[in-house]
Amino acid sequence: MNRDTNVASGERYAYFEHDADMGIVGRGVSVEEAFEAAAAAMFAIMTEPAAVRREQTVQIEFEEADIELALVRWLNALLAAARTNGMVFAEFRLERDGVVWRGSASGEPWRDDLERGVEVKGATLTMLSVRQAEAGWEARCVVDV
Amino acid sequence: MDFVRLLQLNPWCWSVPLTPGERRAEVRLYGSAGLLATMDDKVLEQITNVARLPGLVGCAMTMPDAHWGYGFPIGGVAAFDADRGGIISAGGVGFDISCGIRCLRSNLDLADVLPHARALADALFRNIPAGVGEEGDLKLAPDALDEVLCGGARWAVDRGYGVAADLEFVEEHGCVEGAVPENVSPLAKKRQRGEMGTLGSGNHYLEVQVVDHIDDRAAATAFGLREGQIVISIHCGSRGLGHQIGTDYLVSLAKAASRLGIELPDRELACAPINSAEGQQYLGAMNAAINCALANRQILTQLTRETFARILPHTALETLFDVSHNTCKAERHVVDGREMMLHVHRKGATRAFGPGHPALPARYREIGQPVIIGGSMGTGSYVLCGTRESERQAFSSASHGAGRAMSRHQALKQWRGRQLIDELAERGILIRTRSMRGAAEEAPGAYKDVDLVAEATEQAGLARRVAFLRPKICIKG
Repeated sequence: MNRDTNVASGERYAYFEHDADMGIVGRGVSVEEAFEAAAAAMFAIMTEPAAVRREQTVQIEFEEADIELALVRWLNALLAAARTNGMVFAEFRLERDGVVWRGSASGEPWRDDLERGVEVKGATLTMLSVRQAEAGWEARCVVDV
Repeated sequence: MDFVRLLQLNPWCWSVPLTPGERRAEVRLYGSAGLLATMDDKVLEQITNVARLPGLVGCAMTMPDAHWGYGFPIGGVAAFDADRGGIISAGGVGFDISCGIRCLRSNLDLADVLPHARALADALFRNIPAGVGEEGDLKLAPDALDEVLCGGARWAVDRGYGVAADLEFVEEHGCVEGAVPENVSPLAKKRQRGEMGTLGSGNHYLEVQVVDHIDDRAAATAFGLREGQIVISIHCGSRGLGHQIGTDYLVSLAKAASRLGIELPDRELACAPINSAEGQQYLGAMNAAINCALANRQILTQLTRETFARILPHTALETLFDVSHNTCKAERHVVDGREMMLHVHRKGATRAFGPGHPALPARYREIGQPVIIGGSMGTGSYVLCGTRESERQAFSSASHGAGRAMSRHQALKQWRGRQLIDELAERGILIRTRSMRGAAEEAPGAYKDVDLVAEATEQAGLARRVAFLRPKICIKG
């Protein structure tokens, strides 16, 4: 439980164990970067990110004062944007202005030769934490698959 | 699971005694020592947290297939009394609202299917949208979707997806009351646009199975099951609409809890009093999602029938039963000799009404409700029968699946999808999937022994084994 996978220290994202679902960890020098990395971890569950063409970009905006809930809302906003646009994303940008979060996600519509992983249904509040670690910020939660 | 905190009540049931100063309702864990030993300690932590929620009636309990979830454990059951401040919890239902299993019995024997197995597997894979990113042919605008959310499986039958006889064998006759489409966000409806009649991914599947053996002849006869018969099981839920409702309300209820005077031991238990505006709003949205799931499985039933008809034209597929296992339902139960209206959360647990229950179709009323424990793609599934004892012990609830024994990540390290599929093919089980990774994560070895789960379910008195179904074709998402 709660064991990071064997990724080299300093990698942007990792996973931790959960019985039925998956734990994701995003890391960065800022909260925003850690959130971007968490998004990359989540979409890597659904496909191989390196194969995704950055053809289209969608914008995300929401207001949230609670930094942990902001992670969940960011991830869930991305899932909804992916589903409603029929897309898969592989590149993420996020900025914060007080309680307003503005982000973008780039990717492409699903095509037959993209590897199909497992659909993520939603980001949960389980094992949810956003904290400053020695090497920067770390954002984690369990996602329901 | 660490047994130090547990008190064994009998070989199949355990309690968790209160520690000094601890205030909560009782906890019951159903299962054998062996099954409990494999459960994560988080199961105990989560169900103990559930026992602290307001208005809980009786015990908070876990079924023999329980595993660590989010908020509630998977396999968690808890009933709340609205008149005593009882709550409804979005975390107690989960993201995949009304995920469940539709089981169809056929007029075919294994020998009828075997010569056509590959063609059938390929055709089902073509006709049943499955996997991440896959959409169905039916595209519904929000206004049209509102009709689905009110009508459930009835809506689907009215539009030619199946026959009226199906509805008798779907919980709530295919349509739950109390759905309020206005409580469902426009985003949730938008997310569902291409997802009606889709299977999803993860542990969802459509399986062609053969009745391997019968444990209870009387119940099997009532259910229309015999050895060697082909049965189809469809496991899926409310798709993107349910996921988005879960997303929307999880955050809003977590934020509202302190304002509503609820101290949450875990934010994931996000909830509101049933008799509050917030609680009623979620209830209306969740009921809409239940109808969405019932309609979804009804459409998939029809797609399955059409596929079989092309390859085996004389096939008849009748709905044996359709039962959800991620819900909160208002039900009447007798507690301490008094009938009460309770809101029973079953998260990864199946309703299991016993003989004589008025909600059961006439065909099953004397014998009890069909209960389906879905197993892994390499082992098999059980059909069981609800019992009166389960009504007394567990608000008529039973196990819903084999339950994971290993995380997805561990499974990925241990198996390769292609190799697994080839091995299963050698054993006569045809897998069709777009996701090799998904196949590896769903490896049979990543699940608990379904035989042990079914045995514990029966021995605990939650449901009685009727038949074992062995997979022959599996369409995985």
